[in-house]
Amino acid sequence: MEAYFDNAATTAVNPKVKELMFKLMDLDFGNPSSLHMKGVDAEKYIKEATKRIAKELKCSEKEIVFTSGGTESNNLAIIGSALARRRYGKHIITTAIEHASVSATTEFLSKEGFEITYIGTDNKGYIDLEALKNALREDTIIVSTMYVNNEIGTIQPVEEIGKIIKAFNKDIYYHIDAVQAFGKMKISPNNCKADLISISGHKIHGPKGSGALYIRDKLLIRPIIYGGGQQHLMRSGTENVPGIAGMGLAAELIYKDNEKKMDYVKSLKDSFIERVSKIENVYNNSGDAPHIASVSFVGIRSEVMLHALEERKIYVSAGSACSSNKPHVSNVLKAMKLDKEKLESTLRFSFSDTNTMEQVDYAIDVINELVPKLRRYVRK
Amino acid sequence: MDYKVFLIKYAEIGTKGKNRYVFEEVMCKRMRSRLRPLGRFEVRREYGRIFVEAFSDYDYDEVINVLQTVFGVVGICPVKVIEDTTFDNFAEEVVDYVDNEYTDKNFTFKVHARRNDKTYPKNSMEINCDIGAAIIEKFPDMKVDVHKPEVVINIEVRNVAYVYSKIIPGPGGLPVGTNGKGMVLLSGGIDSPVAAYMIAKRGVEIEAVYFHAPPYTSERAKQKVCDLARLVSQYAGPIKLHIVNFTDVQLAIYDNCPHDELTIIMKRVMYKMAQDLALQNDCQCIITGESIGQVSSQTSQSLCVIDRACDKVPVFRPCIGLDKQEIIDISQKIDTYETSILPYEDCCTTFVAKHPVTRPKLENIEKSEKALEGKIEELYETAMNTIEVVYCK
Repeated sequence: MEAYFDNAATTAVNPKVKELMFKLMDLDFGNPSSLHMKGVDAEKYIKEATKRIAKELKCSEKEIVFTSGGTESNNLAIIGSALARRRYGKHIITTAIEHASVSATTEFLSKEGFEITYIGTDNKGYIDLEALKNALREDTIIVSTMYVNNEIGTIQPVEEIGKIIKAFNKDIYYHIDAVQAFGKMKISPNNCKADLISISGHKIHGPKGSGALYIRDKLLIRPIIYGGGQQHLMRSGTENVPGIAGMGLAAELIYKDNEKKMDYVKSLKDSFIERVSKIENVYNNSGDAPHIASVSFVGIRSEVMLHALEERKIYVSAGSACSSNKPHVSNVLKAMKLDKEKLESTLRFSFSDTNTMEQVDYAIDVINELVPKLRRYVRK
Repeated sequence: MDYKVFLIKYAEIGTKGKNRYVFEEVMCKRMRSRLRPLGRFEVRREYGRIFVEAFSDYDYDEVINVLQTVFGVVGICPVKVIEDTTFDNFAEEVVDYVDNEYTDKNFTFKVHARRNDKTYPKNSMEINCDIGAAIIEKFPDMKVDVHKPEVVINIEVRNVAYVYSKIIPGPGGLPVGTNGKGMVLLSGGIDSPVAAYMIAKRGVEIEAVYFHAPPYTSERAKQKVCDLARLVSQYAGPIKLHIVNFTDVQLAIYDNCPHDELTIIMKRVMYKMAQDLALQNDCQCIITGESIGQVSSQTSQSLCVIDRACDKVPVFRPCIGLDKQEIIDISQKIDTYETSILPYEDCCTTFVAKHPVTRPKLENIEKSEKALEGKIEELYETAMNTIEVVYCK
């Protein structure tokens, strides 16, 4: 049996999405900027995708800009706002548990003269709201937090965060990195008072290289990519029509019966956690997101466990997939102040509605077999 | 300037007496196979020299780069070919050559002519004098110095004439395949590819062995070793890489031997396996990247104990006296450094004691190894019988 439990890293493309994209490469391959029919046809697909995404975010169509993915959306949101707002202040607030596409971007800005405050978390991985209140200043221009943490699946209190920020000063931009939340729960910019929301296509059974940024109407931000002025000047470059259309369809499909789907995904996750936690010295660090389980197998280095599972065709991540090619200790787990032995032994299992309970059963059997074997061999 | 012909200089081969032609032919063959993907080239030996001639368009830098990976080549000289050897035209073309080739015409030089065509109206001395005069006449700032010239303008007159003065250095060494074959232990680190390169440079064909220990080492770590072998093969020619699944043997050592001796005992088993593979594949030596004192298993005492695991073939350690930085310098030169430092998990550290022995004694190690008797033989056999072979080129 094969069990792909790395759906927070990326997902398999939905066959219907694949079909639509193939058509766009095969027949309707036009450039949306072209004046002839081929261009007009291609543009229709982008309008359709915009409509689909806007519907799920309950926003207007002109508030959507398509990008190359979550990373670019985060870069555009943060750098674009910082450039547009630097006259009003140079203070940016973010958290210690952000994805690299946010933390590396703020690091870049700190070298460009901006001042960054990093808010910590409690030992369960939730952002410290008191610390946030204390960090807000007259010259704060942006607050950026994630919605669902990619490593442990905590759902951050974005509505409260939004309230806190706007109560202090309604001109501060609130950016939410919702890459792991989109497609898993209802997201509404109004409820959380967000000005900017990043989402990605390949985490919801859409294609890689597709993403979008919600930009509140009339919000002032500067583009970071210049050229032909596509997408209302906000993101130049010929639109990735198959990617955009694929992402739009993927969003529509995943939000169909979404609650039922996520109940199912959560049942897989809960069942997995319940059974895996029965093993001695195995600890659950997971938050409430339906699809992410974070588990520490104390006494087994996470990479060793990962490769042992891989030999049995069970695919998971050690910490965050994007950072596994440079061994480093996860920021998130560090912010939670996990002890060293848990830090080194944490794996992420992330589920999707394409997984089955049989796969979970299989994984539990394999884990029960592997753990005692691997625990025998430790460095002495 | 567009060159169609390159003269290949080689040094040591010239001293090989009657075997010289064997060495030359091996080198030519290697050049032919390396040049094949770059265009239509002829590599030929004539009058005791080797020429590369292009019969199609090619990228100059690409060709030089490739020729610089062929061991035995000491220098590559881009040659200007002059078809019309009537002296006046000929002198003019040489002056042109100097004009194009050097921006500042204020150096000392001499002309060194050879005349294969003895019917040519001028002899070598006369060509030297007359061409030299023609050059000075055109570029009055240039001076002849026959003892210590800055530039030697070489001229060879045959049915056509060849002119060259620049020598692009080659890698030196001896053509691969003229000195038997060796089995290198590739680890994925910086040192072992350098060791393979250095031995290949002396004409030794290379095979390699990698000890894979899943799940303690990852698929990517294995891929990295294949990539390193491929990089070394640019110099050493195609490399047959033997991938041994070492996990069970390693676990048996862990279960039965004192932990501070794990690395030494593990290395001794690896050497034995490498020796078996060497003998099966007609290799006359084992090659490793060890350098004295670099880590605990490379102290003089450790090396002595590890070395005794091999009784049938010698272990060559070309990096033995090099500092880490010197090894890094070579790995950067041969382009393996960037790949070597890729940080894929190497969980073999699980099997490295926190305080390993640094002055092991052979009799103690052999005593510890007694605990493996009856337990390791079958695992050893299985490992040797389930080797995966990858051809890297």
